[in-house]
This record gives sequence, structure tokens and C-alpha cells, in this order.
Amino acid sequence: MANSSAVHLQRAPALVIRLPEGVDFALPLAGPMARFLALLVDFLVEMAICYVLGTVLQVLAVLSFDVMRALFVLMYFLVPMLYGVVCEWWLRGQTIGKRMMRLRVMDATGLRLRFSQVLLRNLLRPVDSLPACYLVGGAAFFLSRRGQRLGDLAAGTIVVRLPEDDDEPDLSPLGETGKYNSLSDHPVLAARLRQRVPAAEAAAALAALARRNQLEPAARVEVFARLAARFRALVTFPEESAADLSDEAYVRNVADLVFRRPALPERFKLQAPSLKEAPKG
Amino acid sequence: MSGYLALLGSSFEFFCLVILDLERFALAGQPHWDELEATLQRLENDPDRGFHDLAAAQRFHYLYQRAASDLGRLASFSAETSLRRRLEGLVARAYAELHSAREARDTRWRPLVWLLETFPRTFRRHAGAWWLAVAVTLLGSVVGAFLVAADPEAKASLLPFGHGEMNPSERVAKEEAGRSKGLANRRSSFAAELMANNIRVSLKAVAFGLTWGIGTLAILFYNGVILGGVMLDYLRAGEGLFLAGWILPHGSTEIPAIVLGGQAGLMLARGVIGWGARVPLGRRLRAIAPDVATIIGGLALLLVWAGIVESFLSQYHEPVLPYWLKITFGVANLAILGAWLFLCGRGPTPED
Repeated sequence: MANSSAVHLQRAPALVIRLPEGVDFALPLAGPMARFLALLVDFLVEMAICYVLGTVLQVLAVLSFDVMRALFVLMYFLVPMLYGVVCEWWLRGQTIGKRMMRLRVMDATGLRLRFSQVLLRNLLRPVDSLPACYLVGGAAFFLSRRGQRLGDLAAGTIVVRLPEDDDEPDLSPLGETGKYNSLSDHPVLAARLRQRVPAAEAAAALAALARRNQLEPAARVEVFARLAARFRALVTFPEESAADLSDEAYVRNVADLVFRRPALPERFKLQAPSLKEAPKG
Repeated sequence: MSGYLALLGSSFEFFCLVILDLERFALAGQPHWDELEATLQRLENDPDRGFHDLAAAQRFHYLYQRAASDLGRLASFSAETSLRRRLEGLVARAYAELHSAREARDTRWRPLVWLLETFPRTFRRHAGAWWLAVAVTLLGSVVGAFLVAADPEAKASLLPFGHGEMNPSERVAKEEAGRSKGLANRRSSFAAELMANNIRVSLKAVAFGLTWGIGTLAILFYNGVILGGVMLDYLRAGEGLFLAGWILPHGSTEIPAIVLGGQAGLMLARGVIGWGARVPLGRRLRAIAPDVATIIGGLALLLVWAGIVESFLSQYHEPVLPYWLKITFGVANLAILGAWLFLCGRGPTPED
């Protein structure tokens, strides 16, 4: 890793990787319940593999009962031991359980996962599973800042949670699409607003709009007054577009500007220029 | 002049993108992101192929830096989650490819090179841990022998696998007369059980390195106690020849393999303790992990061989197999193992 890059922890349970280029990105760490459920699924998969293989191996009893028994012994030893290693190597940090729970094993510094890391984190499970039910591993998980069990610590790996495919916000509180928005008459200011509204504040505005009918009248007025004041402080729109709007309508229009834009990729794929235009090197 | 104009153009573009036009920003970036995605896909599918020339590598670096820069610009847009997620994914993957390239130039696994060079070199690089593991095992053997000699009653509680209750002379007489139930019709399954058990014990010796090596040392010591106790029991009964013919063929591989497990555990322990290393725990363990994995591979290989030998050779005794033949086999096995560990791969390394 380059000297100028650094890895540190946010207060949130995420690993933040700071690139030498001065850009940060966060990898949300997997929680204990998701990891436990992935482990449970993997256990069931291992049992299923043993059951299927065992059924096939029984045919060998016709030839030699001893050989069949030997293969049974090896199967019950190797399948649980190698299942994690093979899956995590071939599926790039995922087992079937992890894939179902949208988890992935990653190098703790953001580099490419190496085979030795996959091998080590899986073969060190005996220590983590001590004295029973992964108590040592669980304790290490809660004590570690990065949610690492001992195997992860030794292998230099972390388990991250992959973002959901459909975690786009619910925009129904904004009302119908295409409704007139006086703020959109000023595209320059609208673009500036989109840029300046922090994600948390945009989400708060959307949540306030979604729950407005559940608020006490006085609280409703206060919440939207505060939000509107905050957004007005970020970008000042001309009087003729903003003066007649109530605080609640102003917040709704701001949220509409921030969240409702046509999906980018489809449009851009249609208009994408030739790759030849990009400068080389 | 053209450079100045290009700079002016890109500055203007930057101004427009940041202040005004997210659409234009994405429009300009999309082809580069797609190209980066395609390059990453190719690199991830075939990591050893790399780049065919310097220009391709430079292009990849440019695409990575551009995507990172785009991600930085996008950071302030709160609602562009899908676009930001795509860029984060691309930048993370490209970062991993670029910076991992320094660590592993060639990830292809060549079994012969691994067997004849990588493993013995790795073993010798950590010879200190090996000799410590040998010493602890020997110490355990001496203690085991002493305990059995001092208190014959202790034998029953010290020695597992029925050795505690067994009279060596009776067993030898039974085996040589062919009256032992032995392993008739279950040699394969016995070999499998031995392999599984020994690999399990060895992996525990590795894994317990994480307990600052205490668990590893305990396993090695206890293994030595059993070995010393059994050996003294047979020697005291005057069955030294039987003992050598029984233990040497498989023990010449099995015992060193378990000690190798101890070596790997002690390597891990050194990483945990961090003697003489002023680097964080994570980096110390990261540095030692490939070597530990290599040792694990070697010991697994040895234990598979030991299981086969124990099941199909060690359990046959005179008059079926003469003791001199079994002892010669065991000594030859030990010599080959020694040559492999201490002599193989002594030539110049690829780094040299």
C-alpha cells in the first residue's frame, strides 16, 4: 500500500479506506447476527453436501466396504474444513451463506484477497469455536474495532456488508412525479443545492415528509421550519420562487430537487462518446 | 500551448461539473468507468496475465485515478447513491489490483516449484521456531518417560489409544502369532482416520499459536509425553526392535509433521507477540500469513503419506514383514525428509 494511504475506523461500524489520491470510501462491516446466520446457512450447506456425497459413496460398498468407510471418514473431515476455503477463494470472498446474507470477506487494507489469507482464516476456526459455539470468536468480534474473530485477525481479513441493490429511498412522500416545482426554474441554484445538501439532511427531510401526518401540529411546524431554514441557508433562491412557499412546501421542493432526477446511467449510455476521445496515459 | 488549452478546458469542465451539471459529469465519466470495469473484469478473471505492455498499464492507472477523482467530486451529492456506489466499487477494485501487484507478481501455483523450493525455503526461514518445537517435544518425551518409569500406574492415565492398559510383550506376542484382530478388512478406513486425526491435531497446534503460543507449546509437550511414555514402556519390556519396526515407518513422517504444525503455531505466536518488530499487530500477522499457509500445506502432505504408511506398512509385523525392512524404510523415509527440508531449494531464489 502506498505510504500516503491510510486505513482507519469511523465511529460508524465501517472501515474507511483513504486512497493516496485523497478519496475516502467506506466499507460497512458485517454485524454479528448476519455473520451468525451466514454460518448457519453454510453449516446446512455442508450437511447437504455430505448427505449427497454420502449417498453416492454408498454405491462403493458393493466393491469394498472398507474403501467406502475411508471415504466417509475423509468426507466428514474435509468438507467442513475445505468448504469455506474453496468457496471463499472461487467466489471471491463469499460462501453460499455469505452470499445470501450479502457479506464478503475482504483484505483489511482493501487489497486483493490472497489464498493464504482465505486458508488461514478458515483453518483457525478451531480456536474461534472454543470452548463451544464460537464463544472465543464472538468475544474477539466484540472486542475488535473491525469486528474480526481471531482467524480474521491472523489472516488480516474483515467481513463487509454489501449494499442492497434496492436501497434507493422511498420517494412516495414527495407526491406525484412531474408536479410543478418553482425551485427548478433556477437550474444553476438547483444544481448547487443538490451538491450542498448533506446526505443525512436530505434523508431527514424525506423522513419528515413521510411522517408529517403523525406529528403534533406544533411539532410539525417546528420541524419543517428548522429544515427550511437550514436549506435556505445553503442556497438562496430568488424571492419570486421561494417567498410564497410554506416551510413544508419548501422542504418538499428541496427534497424533490435532490432526490428526483432521471436515472443517470441509461441516459448516458445512449449518449456516451467514443472511447477514443479519452486522453491516453 | 495545447497543454495550456487542455488544462483550461479541463478546469472549465471541472467548474461546470462541480457547480452545474451532474449529467454532464456522468456523461464525461461513463466511457472511462465502462473501460475501467472491462479492464478490471479481465484482470480479475486472469490475474496472472497482467498487462501486455507499459501503455496498457499506464492507461489502467489513468482510468483508476480518473475514477477516484470522479468519486471525490461526487462525494458532496447526497442523492446519487447508485452512481456513487458504482464508482466506489470500481475504485476499490482498481485500488486492490494496483497495490496488490506489488505484493504478488505471479500468483500461479506451480506444484513442483512449491514442493522443491517454496516449502523447504519457508521451513528454513523459520528454523528457530522448528528447533524450539523439537525441543519442547523432546522435553515432553523425557517427562513422559520419567513419569511412566517413576510411577507405572500413571501409564493408564497418561497414554491414550489403549496403550495405557496394554502390556507391550503380550501385544508383540499376539501380533507376531497373527492372533491380533489387527486391521483385517479395515486398512483404508484406518488410514483415513489416522490422516484426519493427525491433521486435526497439527492444525490445532497451528491455530493455538494465537494464544501467544501457549496452546501450541502445550500440544507439542503433551504429544512428547505420549511418545516418551510409549517408548519407555516398550523399551522396558525389551521390545525395542518391535517398537522401532512399528514406529519408524510412519513416525519418521508423522512426528516431524506434527512438529511442523508446532513450528507454524510458533511463527503465528511470534507475529502475535511481535518481538523486535515495531509494526502493528495486523501488519505483523499479514507478513507471516503466507509462510504459515505454506507450512500447513507441507504438513498436510506429510500426514497423508504418514497415514498411508501407518495403515499399509506399520501395522504388519514379523513374520509378514521383517523388522529390518521396516526399520530401513523408516530410516530412508527420515533421510529423504531431512534432505527435502534442509537441502532442497538451496539455489538462488527468484528474488536474487
